[in-house]
Amino acid sequence: MRGSRIIRVKPVLDLRAALKNAVVAAATAFGLFALLIGIRTDQGPSGGLELTPRFGTLGILVAIAFVGGLLRGILFGERRIHIAPRLPAAATAVLDRVGRMFAPALLAFALAVPILFYHDRYILDLSIQILTYVMLGWGLNIVVGLAGLLDLGYVAFYAVGAYSYALIATNFGLSFWMCLPISGILACFWGVLLGFPVLRLRGDYLAIVTLAFGEIIRLVLINWQSVTGGPNGVPGIPRPSFFGIPFNAEEGGFAATFGLEYSATYRIVFLFYVILALALLTNWVTIRLRRLPIGRAWEALREDEIACRSLGINTTNVKLTAFAMGAMFGGFAGSFFATRQGFISPESFTFSESALVLAIVVLGGMGSQLGVVIAATVMLGGFELFREFAQYRMLVFGLAMVAIMVWRPRGLIATRSPSVFLERRKGIEPGLVREERG
Amino acid sequence: MSAASAPAAEAVQGSEPLLGLRGVKAFYGSIIALKGVDIDVYDGEIVALIGANGAGKSTLMMTIFGNPRAREGRIVFAGRDITDLPTHEIAHLRIAQAPEGRRIFARMSVLENLQMGATTAEPTHFAEDLERMFALFPRLQERLHQRGGTLSGGEQQMLAIARALMARPRLLLLDEPSLGLAPVLVKQIFDAIRQLNRREKLTVFLVEQNAFHALKLANRGYVMVNGLITLTGTGRELLARPEVRSAYLEGGRA
Repeated sequence: MRGSRIIRVKPVLDLRAALKNAVVAAATAFGLFALLIGIRTDQGPSGGLELTPRFGTLGILVAIAFVGGLLRGILFGERRIHIAPRLPAAATAVLDRVGRMFAPALLAFALAVPILFYHDRYILDLSIQILTYVMLGWGLNIVVGLAGLLDLGYVAFYAVGAYSYALIATNFGLSFWMCLPISGILACFWGVLLGFPVLRLRGDYLAIVTLAFGEIIRLVLINWQSVTGGPNGVPGIPRPSFFGIPFNAEEGGFAATFGLEYSATYRIVFLFYVILALALLTNWVTIRLRRLPIGRAWEALREDEIACRSLGINTTNVKLTAFAMGAMFGGFAGSFFATRQGFISPESFTFSESALVLAIVVLGGMGSQLGVVIAATVMLGGFELFREFAQYRMLVFGLAMVAIMVWRPRGLIATRSPSVFLERRKGIEPGLVREERG
Repeated sequence: MSAASAPAAEAVQGSEPLLGLRGVKAFYGSIIALKGVDIDVYDGEIVALIGANGAGKSTLMMTIFGNPRAREGRIVFAGRDITDLPTHEIAHLRIAQAPEGRRIFARMSVLENLQMGATTAEPTHFAEDLERMFALFPRLQERLHQRGGTLSGGEQQMLAIARALMARPRLLLLDEPSLGLAPVLVKQIFDAIRQLNRREKLTVFLVEQNAFHALKLANRGYVMVNGLITLTGTGRELLARPEVRSAYLEGGRA
């Protein structure tokens, strides 16, 4: 193991400790499984419950836990402290260059997706979905990652955006491009509305209130039948047009206008570029804001609210702008979702959506823009990949999340690059990065 | 013992204090922390407030910044009543604070921390003020792009003071600048404070447990016990007093 130093704190094999470990594991297994697996309940002939003991199975499970505990004690009993190997300078330089090329390469790939996968409708649909979540992740990143306000009800703004577009378009016949800013503004307004009552709250309390807010919006959508259509949702939402030219097979349609053969894929490709542009807009605005006083104030707020106030920052305004900005991008994404689906109902805006977007932000590394992209791709791509193992899907994802939180507790991309430099850009030393973890 | 007169200091001072506290009472919930405090800080002075743990020193610092708010009494800064102003508005009046526990922004770089300090200052001053901070604390220049949280305790204290100074304050409030620092660093920090006071006529009000250093540095001092000011005088007078010596300088021997 060249370059890697291992300090052995306890070099001797400690059989006693291993045995103790194994007994604890076996006892835990017994406690867990005694009733779950040790006893089976069946319906008897008279209709009552009959208990069938299954001591054999229970015994096997407890034995497995014991052996597992023992092996773990023997194999990994020594406590080792790994010191990360220092890579040679040349390798670091290469990695640095690759790292810097990664984001532009990803962007180039994203731009090329509709060309590369033109005939693969499935991939196109999936990438549109991923991009929608990337955009939501970037929007939520402003609130959670930058300002440090834990928002569990982000889906509310997604819903406000989607219903704003759906209702305005179906009732007043305004086009997608007209409705997009309107739904953004409406979502923004709701963001401020949520912001006011929660200004004094932090951490857990804030999370609970935002969670409730998300549910309130959903319940209003279900119960306000006369406006929202209740559980039946809003059908027949107009599809977006190419600057007024609809995507259909008719005379004035997109294909006919440009002398092309009609294909349903044109609209999908168009939708793809629309969401890509919206997502990139979110990213660009966030990056710009981070360099302005307001973005710095968001990050300072995340670090220390009391210090912020004593430096003369009005934390009320800072929180409200964070909520408003995050909500606005959620609203944009919502109206895109509505126009893409053509039909929306409250079922699309459940808590699990909020949880998914939050998971993307947290797993990606709070505040990291690139991390959100990677996490969204891995999560949604993973969902699709494991579609066949539907029953085990959540299990696998639970495990994956636990693994990430154990090995990379600050998310996939944990480093935060400063928003301002005086001289040449300098990376943060790897040693310091390690120090901060955990 | 209300030794309120400090002739040497009063001769230098004008009639109006820069910061004046009159009968300030503050509470945490229903628990009284300050029981009616009177303090004056005149322009160009260094004033030290010393006292044991839990005497209410840090509460007093925070009450000046409106959190917790003074429930009774008045706080006047530069002729303006600031008792009921919100914290961030007080900060805009050119009072700056290096708070207890330093409270630097751990994940932000040193430069970003300093930028945050300049929130209330004119943006045109920024480059010049940055140079001043580098001259005062050269270590900060070396660490400019390092994250605040990776600095040593002494460097963090320097950063906390520099961050406060970026606002170009008339009055600097320091809460236990020597806390947890090695003697050589304490000396460095106190030298910097003295330098600021002499060269830039900065008024400093500091809270300290390190009574010896604080009283040596200060023009005047106040001693606080259980939310009340019990003694006041010039730094040298207080250092000479037996009750101060026994309570704060000779430790457990008293």
